[in-house]
Amino acid sequence: MTVASATRRRGLWLLWTAVLAASVAAVVVLNRRSAGLAAAASPEARYGFRLEERATQSGIDFVHEAPTFDARLAHIMPQIASTGAAVAVSDFDRDGWQDFYVTNSGEGSLNRLYRNRGDGTFTDVAGMVGLADVNRDGVSMGAVWGDYNNDGYEDLLLYKYGRPELFQNQAGRAFAPVGAAAGLPARVNANGAIWLDYDRDGWLDLFLAGYWPETIDLWRLETTKIMPESFEYAENGGRKYLLRNRGDGTFEDVTTAAGIASRRWTLAVGAADLSGSGYPDLFLANDYGVSELFANRDGTRFEEVGAAAGVGRTPKSGMNVSFGDVFNDGRLAIYKTNISEPGVLVQANDLWVPGVPGVREYENIASSVGVDLGGWSWGAQFGDLNNDGTQDLYLVNGYISAGERTSYWYDFSVIAVGHSAIIGDAANWPDMKGRSLSGYQRKRVWVNDGRGRFAEVSQVAGVTDTYDGRAVALADFSNRGVLDAVVANQRGPLLLYRNTVDPGRHWIQVELVGATQAPGVGATQALGVGATQASPVSNRSAIGARVELHWDGKVQVQEVHGGSGFSAQNQRRLHYGLGAASRVDRVVIRWPSGRVQTIDAPQVDMLHRITEPQ
Amino acid sequence: MTFDTRFLGPILITCILLVAHYSFGVLESSTRTATAIVTAIVAEALMGRLTYGKWPHLASAYITGISVGILVRSPFVWPYVLCSLISIASKYVLRLRGRHLWNPSNFGVSVVLFLAPATVTLLSIQWGNVVWPMAVIWILGSVIVWRVGRLHVSATYVAAFVVFAVARSALTGVPVAAAVAPITGPMYQLFIFFMVTDPRTTVGPKWAQSVVVVIVAFVEMLLRLAEVIYAPFYALFLVGPAALLVEALAGPAITSWASRSWRPLHGS
Repeated sequence: MTVASATRRRGLWLLWTAVLAASVAAVVVLNRRSAGLAAAASPEARYGFRLEERATQSGIDFVHEAPTFDARLAHIMPQIASTGAAVAVSDFDRDGWQDFYVTNSGEGSLNRLYRNRGDGTFTDVAGMVGLADVNRDGVSMGAVWGDYNNDGYEDLLLYKYGRPELFQNQAGRAFAPVGAAAGLPARVNANGAIWLDYDRDGWLDLFLAGYWPETIDLWRLETTKIMPESFEYAENGGRKYLLRNRGDGTFEDVTTAAGIASRRWTLAVGAADLSGSGYPDLFLANDYGVSELFANRDGTRFEEVGAAAGVGRTPKSGMNVSFGDVFNDGRLAIYKTNISEPGVLVQANDLWVPGVPGVREYENIASSVGVDLGGWSWGAQFGDLNNDGTQDLYLVNGYISAGERTSYWYDFSVIAVGHSAIIGDAANWPDMKGRSLSGYQRKRVWVNDGRGRFAEVSQVAGVTDTYDGRAVALADFSNRGVLDAVVANQRGPLLLYRNTVDPGRHWIQVELVGATQAPGVGATQALGVGATQASPVSNRSAIGARVELHWDGKVQVQEVHGGSGFSAQNQRRLHYGLGAASRVDRVVIRWPSGRVQTIDAPQVDMLHRITEPQ
Repeated sequence: MTFDTRFLGPILITCILLVAHYSFGVLESSTRTATAIVTAIVAEALMGRLTYGKWPHLASAYITGISVGILVRSPFVWPYVLCSLISIASKYVLRLRGRHLWNPSNFGVSVVLFLAPATVTLLSIQWGNVVWPMAVIWILGSVIVWRVGRLHVSATYVAAFVVFAVARSALTGVPVAAAVAPITGPMYQLFIFFMVTDPRTTVGPKWAQSVVVVIVAFVEMLLRLAEVIYAPFYALFLVGPAALLVEALAGPAITSWASRSWRPLHGS
């Protein structure tokens, strides 16, 4: 080798060394930047709102209790009994103030119905109205409100690990269990349920999502081989139930006829008209597997199109479904939460936005807009927290907070990769021994800047708790034109975050009442799946209504949902922040019946109660 | 015409990728996997051409890129680019007596795992629930490493892993099935067939290769006892270069000693 050649090689070696060093340095820098570690919001930063936890001052002293299942699951009990803290908002007594129902999950424990007194405080009336002592035939996992008999009062579906129950609201004074006569299944180990009018016949139907197989009695196991057969490809979970409301107070199981055969481990379900057909489609966030998107075909059947649409290709640990128009372009994005644990598992949450039809319908942009890393994420809700005219995102997280500075993650990672014969048997799962698993996590409150980025502001906004959050619901509890947040924590206290928004930001709210058939009169005959009959009526809760708000050159779409997030339900009224704009051009309502109603220049800074024209 | 055995590795790993992805959709993003492959190949071509004055054989870079593309899990694109770049660059920078010290993808993956825990993890899931894909990969992989004369390395590692797993179970009280579970996952298939067998970064004599992988498995056991999740990668990261250094510095003496010690009693 000549001197020149040796010198050249030495120079190249130095060059490659520089490339290597620069690459390693870039890893460090980009890791910090991508994880948001380098861009923490300064305390001085102003986002236009502040949340303050005021549960105790508001008369709320609820602490969730977890169930205790079969002793053969004792070594992993915190995982098996990791859900059940849920919250659902409704004005159950129609006094104009938003109330909420919270579930408890200890055997024999009591659920609460917090009635809003209108003065900033709440009173638990669950015992008085018959909704407290409901954890004896199974334990509560969640509840959703919906006026299933169109009598003007919101009824309550309580789903459990056990027998689901439907409670009929009797003029806001009492709730009567409908019992077996309603035709609900005898046992569903469910973690999710929603009301929807899938066939648009004017009567609210039910979708119940099983998690554990319905054949399993978690208190009396026949075998310990009950676990998912894979961490990401499991299809041995609970069956799903699409229950069609006959309109006479009973439901019929049309699941199979409608083409829904999933046995994935569903943790959350959401319904929205994603295809623009006028009918609600179903999105299932599944644990241990891919998501499923069931496209509604004219109210007669569903077709699973998750893979084709792009949302059902990558298996993760889905735990939440919520819909939001994040870019104010009149299209709903889907937010699905998953697991992210630094150094172990970074599934990252998904924000699916509609793409170019026929090319790729949805694209996951969670990373590029900054809402991907949320820890062991559970419930999340879209809502304009600072009334600036864009949809923000509130996320709760944390799986099991047990021993501090302890972690079960290593053992969890070992069993999670095992073959089905290993992972599927609870006896093979290592003992948790009081250790935490993604516990004590910082919540996320992401503020939408309207330009395609979300800033995480939880700590400066006042959300500083580290409980194991499961459900979050947004509602205007004080009729002030701002969204407050109520958070249900597993084995933890219920939290109520009161919101204070900077003055000078306008808003408008819309509360819809569908034009219905009279209760018990004109009930549709059992259409049966396969029949097509568009109805000129809506359900009274107006669940499925789609409202476009046009202002200041923007348009924001929202839908009325019969449950969203994880084990949660927001207020049914729709809230829009307007920023500095003091004028709305128009509100366009597409009712569940299909009617389209336009209201020009509605007044801002007030709630509009709108009844569907007959 | 003879078949170039350097293509066996790329063919196997491509088969694994295609079977796994089209059966179970394992790739988080085919775009990111392609990015890793392209980065590795371009970096190898550029560095090889400039350093040696001729175009290098790209099979090794392809394996590196595809390993990175399969193993790395991140919602971001940059880890795929930088991991491939670091892997290839390490071959040209971290060298001793004409040999690179680390298996490239082992080096790259270990670096990004260690330095970017908030945004990067590794493939850690089972590919499906049925036995046949796993059996096909194990059989095909075994045949190919046998063809390239490395079956003893893979087999020794597997045997050592199982023995040490039983030992870990006895020490920690974790069920044996749970202790053995990781080796049933796809991450280990890549590790066993493509990393510990890398001809460029393993020591010379066959007996020494077996000894080294037993040490890798032993260090992995120690790391697992310390609850280090990506123990095999870190174990190889630590033991592999150390073995090469020992061989380079004291190789002839050790070989001579071993030859005397291991001579058959009635050898000819």
